[in-house]
Amino acid sequence: MWSNLPLFPAGASSMAGHVDALYFALVAITAFFTILISVLILFFAVRYRRKRNPTATQVPASTTLELLWTGIPLGIVLIIFVWSSVIFFIQTRPPKGAMEIYAVAKQWMWKFEHPEGQREINQLHVPVGRDIRMVMTSQDVIHDFYVPAFRIKADVLPGRYTSTWFRATVPGRYHLFCAEYCGTQHSGMVGEVIVMEQADYERWAASGVEGSLASSGEKSFQQYGCSMCHRSDAAGRGPNLVGAFGRPVLLDDGRTVTADESYIRESILNPGAKISSGFKNIMPTFQGQLSEEEVIGLVAYIKALGSGSANPPLPVSEPNSGAYPVAPKTEGSAAQSDTAVTPPEKANPAKSAPKQ
Amino acid sequence: MPDSETVSNNLKHHFANLEQQTATSKFGMWLFLATEVMFFGGMFVSYLVYRLSYYNAWVAGSQTMEITLGATNTAVLICSSLTMVMAVHFAKLGKRKLTAIFLIATLVLGMTFLGIKGVEYYKHWVHHEVPGPNFHFEHEGNFDPRHVSIFFTLYFAMTGMHALHMVIGVGLLSWLLILNALERFSAEYNSPVEIVGLYWHFVDVIWIYLFPLLYLISHRHTG
Amino acid sequence: METATAPVEPKTNYLNADYGIKSWLLTTDHKRIALLYLISITVFFFVGGFFAMLIRLELLTPAGDLVLADTYNKLFTMHGIVMIFLFLIPSVPAVLGNFLVPMMVGAKDLAFPKLNLASWYIFITGASLIFYAILTGGVDTGWTFYTPFATTFSNTNVVTAAIGVFIVGFSSIFTGLNIIVTVHRMRAPGMTWRRLPLFIWSNYAASVIMVLGTPVLAITLVLVALERLFHLGIFDARLGGDPLLFQHLFWFYSHPAVYIMILPGMGVVSEVIPCFSRKRIFGYNFVAISSIAIAVLGFLVWAHHMFVAGISTYAALIFSILSFFVAIPSAVKVFNWTATLYKGSITLETPMLYAFAFIGLFTMGGLTGLFLASVGIDLHVTDTYFIVAHFHYIMVGGMTTAYLGGLHFWWPKITGKMYPESFSKLSAVLVFVGFNLTFFPQFLLGYLGMPRRYHAYPPEFQVLNVLSTAGASILAVGFLMPMIYFAWSLQYGKDAGPNPFRAAGLEWMTSSPPPTFNFDETPVVTWEAYNYDQIDAPNEGVKVAG
Repeated sequence: MWSNLPLFPAGASSMAGHVDALYFALVAITAFFTILISVLILFFAVRYRRKRNPTATQVPASTTLELLWTGIPLGIVLIIFVWSSVIFFIQTRPPKGAMEIYAVAKQWMWKFEHPEGQREINQLHVPVGRDIRMVMTSQDVIHDFYVPAFRIKADVLPGRYTSTWFRATVPGRYHLFCAEYCGTQHSGMVGEVIVMEQADYERWAASGVEGSLASSGEKSFQQYGCSMCHRSDAAGRGPNLVGAFGRPVLLDDGRTVTADESYIRESILNPGAKISSGFKNIMPTFQGQLSEEEVIGLVAYIKALGSGSANPPLPVSEPNSGAYPVAPKTEGSAAQSDTAVTPPEKANPAKSAPKQ
Repeated sequence: MPDSETVSNNLKHHFANLEQQTATSKFGMWLFLATEVMFFGGMFVSYLVYRLSYYNAWVAGSQTMEITLGATNTAVLICSSLTMVMAVHFAKLGKRKLTAIFLIATLVLGMTFLGIKGVEYYKHWVHHEVPGPNFHFEHEGNFDPRHVSIFFTLYFAMTGMHALHMVIGVGLLSWLLILNALERFSAEYNSPVEIVGLYWHFVDVIWIYLFPLLYLISHRHTG
Repeated sequence: METATAPVEPKTNYLNADYGIKSWLLTTDHKRIALLYLISITVFFFVGGFFAMLIRLELLTPAGDLVLADTYNKLFTMHGIVMIFLFLIPSVPAVLGNFLVPMMVGAKDLAFPKLNLASWYIFITGASLIFYAILTGGVDTGWTFYTPFATTFSNTNVVTAAIGVFIVGFSSIFTGLNIIVTVHRMRAPGMTWRRLPLFIWSNYAASVIMVLGTPVLAITLVLVALERLFHLGIFDARLGGDPLLFQHLFWFYSHPAVYIMILPGMGVVSEVIPCFSRKRIFGYNFVAISSIAIAVLGFLVWAHHMFVAGISTYAALIFSILSFFVAIPSAVKVFNWTATLYKGSITLETPMLYAFAFIGLFTMGGLTGLFLASVGIDLHVTDTYFIVAHFHYIMVGGMTTAYLGGLHFWWPKITGKMYPESFSKLSAVLVFVGFNLTFFPQFLLGYLGMPRRYHAYPPEFQVLNVLSTAGASILAVGFLMPMIYFAWSLQYGKDAGPNPFRAAGLEWMTSSPPPTFNFDETPVVTWEAYNYDQIDAPNEGVKVAG
């Protein structure tokens, strides 16, 4: 029977250790106080039972005691707060140069798109030992990306990107759950995260791919006529997107935003919301015309056009790149905008945004 | 009916005296108004959140408002607060006729407000500004018409809830008029008038916030 | 069987003052209205319990084989809506609070008796709508009504249910308003704020939340219903709205609502512990103030339900630390209750057993709250069975246990009859054991990663789920027993007399059941609350009825 009675989940990510340590500390605190209170109650109930102690002795109030049992718990919770906040900061700050995998959730399945172009449903293959940032959106209701073995969870909302990150540490297969109630088949919106050795992952990623995510984005860029206005010279009616990703954008109402995934997404679907300074609000909305996958492709493509710092592509090695193996196929790292490994075809903006 | 009789007729069994009863009723109304503040608060928060995010759409929506009608209504309500104060004043003096006159004045002003509001609603409907399938907004300027729809949703929710409170207020005023005509109030016992007065002023104050928030959004950025 | 002793001259009390269905349905007597509430919420409790039973049976096996997925989703939604809005929120305030608040402060009735009756009718109207929604197909949004699922995607009776909850909300606003005004304005001569029983303090604090929090839920549900009916888009991202705004507004009420569901229970415990240990409560001021502190802090922690929903890092940290702070006043209460036992003269009557169960379960529930306030751990355990276990420790282990304890404590006052002590003790033990067996495994399930609201689950979670279902069956027996012996006691119970527990407090100084206007003459209070030393002193002339 005990083999069927798991008490503690497998830990398979860099986060698991941090979360489990605090968990055990809190279990200890909970056990200590619960036992303390229970033992005291039982002891008093026996020691001062009416048969043995027919008359109660009134005890005067004690401010010292009150302050003591206000102060001690306060101290304890402050320590826990700091500890948990440290963990939270690790969780909210994805390391630079993380590999980005896009997820689109819908009732009731998970769709994943790897930068190399692999697409999968309800299965997520990831390499061991590599930082992976999930960029996620939902096509309908709120879902939640939850991998217990990684101790991470993040809501996936419609209309915006949310993200989380992990670094798997142990190869294997792990549960992927939708943790935000999403309708009839909520409990069927489950899948598997398959953590593979680096080499296995590369083999898997290279098999049967039609083209990278960014290149499918490039196709959409042409197909929907984006390139007519967003030209690589200054003559376009829309902003030049080469090197735009990650840079601050001055808006026509004086505010400044960063051109991150969410901003690009919003500018495609709701172009009038934040107009780049010096441009007119003439772009039609693509709301309802593009699938979430196409939007993701476009975002990946615009990212690949170079982030602010990497355009034109610099041939220097990115400082982080030694920390983890980089996929040999240059195409595969198109979405790693922070690294220098920009694929050759993306390096030529003229090709991406041809003049009319 | 002599004054002492209005007191004994109206003192509820569980109060020691009329002072306690009056103080209790007033306290109850204040607390109810606190509930009301939170009730409208939910909508004010939604308004604030979206106004900060969709400022241009808010300006566009606000520009469709007829400021003349809104301002007239504001004036009407302020006058009605004044007449309400007078009604309470004369009720406390035990002057039934004057109380009735000012209650009627308040009632008429309240109905005027609702009438003008109705005209505004009708115009919004004709201009396809009521959110839902009928909604249609000319798209010019840096905003998304869907956000204008949210502006109008909140506009109708807030002014609609306010109008509902006005309707209830009109009902309460009619009830006071009946009680007044039946000579139920006296210089000693008049707390219903005072309590309805509190309610009426509260509803006015809500409008004093709604008017600038919905009608007078800055036009600065639209140039 | 004992022969019922017919009193020579039956005293007129609120139960026999008037007869007929009309005398009940049109009563403005707070005690009769309390009984109307008692009957209604008992029915609702067993309806909600029936849903819970089906949920637990479905979860016996990993496959979703007992009911369809849609049915399961409706079951947990309706379990939540019925238990929270129709049982827990009105439980102590509308039943025990309604009955006891005027008596404890020495008043003849609540400040607004008609409003009180109206609140029961509003409650029944809202409840009827909710039941109409249930019977005509149910609701499957979860009790949280999250958008855009509730506004756009669900094809069940969301609008009816939301309007039902909206209406029920007003009954709780009016109950809260009545309690607050009564405490402020209706106290008997000499009943100063610092002589008030702690039950009053905690119900007062809960009432503040009802009055200030419920309207926000009300307007939010109106917006949800409007959005669903007219596709307005306030909370729907596809129409330009923000689903997170819904969550903020919803939790702004629904987190404080958790304190509506625990503070009055704390008040019950604060009455029971001193009585059965014959002690003044330890640290009266701190226990009283901590109730207010919980109510105030309770309004500032709502977004801790949204740590994974995509709120900003710094917002999360602020809500995290404020959530930790709420733990402090709760801890202060637990320590003071425990300290009250010290050097007492303790007997273990049924209410005391329930109070002990409450302290133990609430301590567990409160401490596991620390896991959820820790953002780092919350990201793992939120939306899993860990949180399900946590809030059941508070709401069932805490509030329901306290409510039952309170019913056992004041049953002799309410009905004038005693219930059989051995059965009631057994039921208290069954509730405690059954509860722990039901919900402790769920903590483990949660940390293992089993998400909540799952109709089917991976097989490795089965053993713990079976344990939980087994516990639930014991719990069900524990909950059913009191219904039987309470009903029995009405006919066959021994007469209780005015004060069978020799308890302190004005409510015990009048006959049982009390007369319609509670006291034959308005009491004048000259003593502090919990003056057990004076009551027990052999020759002191402190007035104790009986």
